[in-house]
Amino acid sequence: MKLGYLAFRNMVSKPLNLLLSLLLLSLSVSLVTFALQLSRQLGGQLNKNIAPFDMVVGAKGSPLQLVLSSVLHIDVPTGNIKLKETSMLQKHPFVQTAIPVSYGDNYKGFRILGTETGYLDHYNAQLSEGELYEKSFEVVIGSNVARRLDLKIGDHFISSHGLAASDVEAHDEHPYTVRGILKPTGTVVDQLLITNLESIWEAHDHGEEDHHEEDDHHEKGDHHDGDDPLEEEGETLEEHDEEKEITSLLVKFKSPLGMVQLPRFINENTSMQAALPGFEVQRLMGLLGSGVQTINGIALAILLVSGLSIFISLLKTIRERRQELALLRTYGLRTRQLLRLALLEGLFLALIGFVLGWLFGRLAIWGVSQYTQASYGYALQITGPDKIELFLLGLILVLATIASLLASRSIFKLNVAKTLSDA
Amino acid sequence: MVNTSNLAYAYENEQELAFPDIELTPGEHLLVIGPSGVGKTTLLYLMAGLLPPLRGTVSIAGTELNSLSRNEMDRFRGEHIGLVFQRYYFIRSLNVSDNLRLRQSFPKDSNDKQRKHELTERLGLTEHLNKKVTALSQGQQQRLSIALGLIHRPKIIFADEPTSNLDDANCTKVIDLLKEEAEICKSSLLIITHDLRVMSHFKNQVIL
Repeated sequence: MKLGYLAFRNMVSKPLNLLLSLLLLSLSVSLVTFALQLSRQLGGQLNKNIAPFDMVVGAKGSPLQLVLSSVLHIDVPTGNIKLKETSMLQKHPFVQTAIPVSYGDNYKGFRILGTETGYLDHYNAQLSEGELYEKSFEVVIGSNVARRLDLKIGDHFISSHGLAASDVEAHDEHPYTVRGILKPTGTVVDQLLITNLESIWEAHDHGEEDHHEEDDHHEKGDHHDGDDPLEEEGETLEEHDEEKEITSLLVKFKSPLGMVQLPRFINENTSMQAALPGFEVQRLMGLLGSGVQTINGIALAILLVSGLSIFISLLKTIRERRQELALLRTYGLRTRQLLRLALLEGLFLALIGFVLGWLFGRLAIWGVSQYTQASYGYALQITGPDKIELFLLGLILVLATIASLLASRSIFKLNVAKTLSDA
Repeated sequence: MVNTSNLAYAYENEQELAFPDIELTPGEHLLVIGPSGVGKTTLLYLMAGLLPPLRGTVSIAGTELNSLSRNEMDRFRGEHIGLVFQRYYFIRSLNVSDNLRLRQSFPKDSNDKQRKHELTERLGLTEHLNKKVTALSQGQQQRLSIALGLIHRPKIIFADEPTSNLDDANCTKVIDLLKEEAEICKSSLLIITHDLRVMSHFKNQVIL
């Protein structure tokens, strides 16, 4: 029989002690791993999604909101800007590419984005089947959209007005046709239905006629009051470029000088605002980071309490088992082996506590993932233990070792003869 | 097998206890009898190397206990000495079978299943092997205690008051068991007791 087996039996022979110690330990581990994973994955997701663009230009408002809505597609837009106004940016020598995006509709909660096909190149999105859109009301859809909504090439659907799923204001005059399905990219593109800009404009020309509503995000301007029948055909759009509006312009700089000069220029000299996704996301993660630090602080406190609980429970059982330890000494076990017995018990506890806590943490990530997937279309990955978590395991094992050895000091002083004679 | 000479021990602030020399040849059985308080258990612990003597020497199977280091003593005791205590000491987190297995595992792992099987069979413990030790009756605990004292085939078995809590019938039974088992594993047997009922069972006696 190995000492490890005896240590294990000793550990499970006190189920309530065991439960308390495990509960504390796994609680702290699950808090730390959950918070770290969440912030890291969110950070990773966000950075991946903003990477293709250096600057967003949109209507005045909160820069964070502009980035969230136009790049990450999780907030409402700040408003619209005139396409004409952005033309100077399109030709600016510091600008490599400038991609206009326009949106305001959804299909079953997934956003329909009107943009140029160049947008897809920025995310390295490739077709897994079908082809790119060519005409208005043709869409290519992200892999997640295809999977979740079970859409196939050639399927038709009717979009709903607004960004949240509802059937109230359907644009039923203009059904969309699925032309292509994209490969998974792990970015926001997976969650989008992408069409050309004209589709959005045309859908909303009708929308305004039919509903006579004011919509500050998607209004295409007052020029539509005298409705132009030609425009509905989508053939004379170019002629009205001057009046066309987009939600925002996504800019990639050619030169780092652009980063320095253009945002300030736009913010000071135009009616538009420029926001830097990198900066805004960093700010957001800063806020999140302080939350994570708070959680880590709490978890550390719980960890220390759990170390204390291991210490107390071992101290108690070692006292209770003094006679058993003396008996083991008569069996020929040395003091060192008795110490190892206590140490093993503490380490088992630490290991099981860590594994349980880690599993709980991942379970919580999975739970949150279900929520973010449903609400924002962002899924979190369930990954194996990473470096920091292994470091945490090491920390816990060290803590358990210290607790066990402190609790075992009486083993050194164990008087076998006296212990066995005491009735 | 066991030789003591001029053994003496003193507890703190108490009078010195001096013991008569004891000599036990291999396979021999010896009864040490005396009233309470004369240091019977102390003598047993001195012989088992659990207490260091104030004076005198103990040698077991030719090994002088004084000459052994602490670790060597632990090992020597575990290997060659079997102890049957007055009270029953078991590892409560282990079942009967594992308690026996544990005794076989230290100081060196023998895992002699045959020995364990035969012993438990003779002591009527076979059907209780998977029980918790706390679920055993008094008599079963007594027999398990004996089994733990000699499952590892010690050269010498020391039994401390093995009969003090037993009625006459069981007293005879336990003494017979100890003698039988000692003979089977060719061990010497030294029983320490104040129980006069045991006297008639032993030819060799030392009176304290």
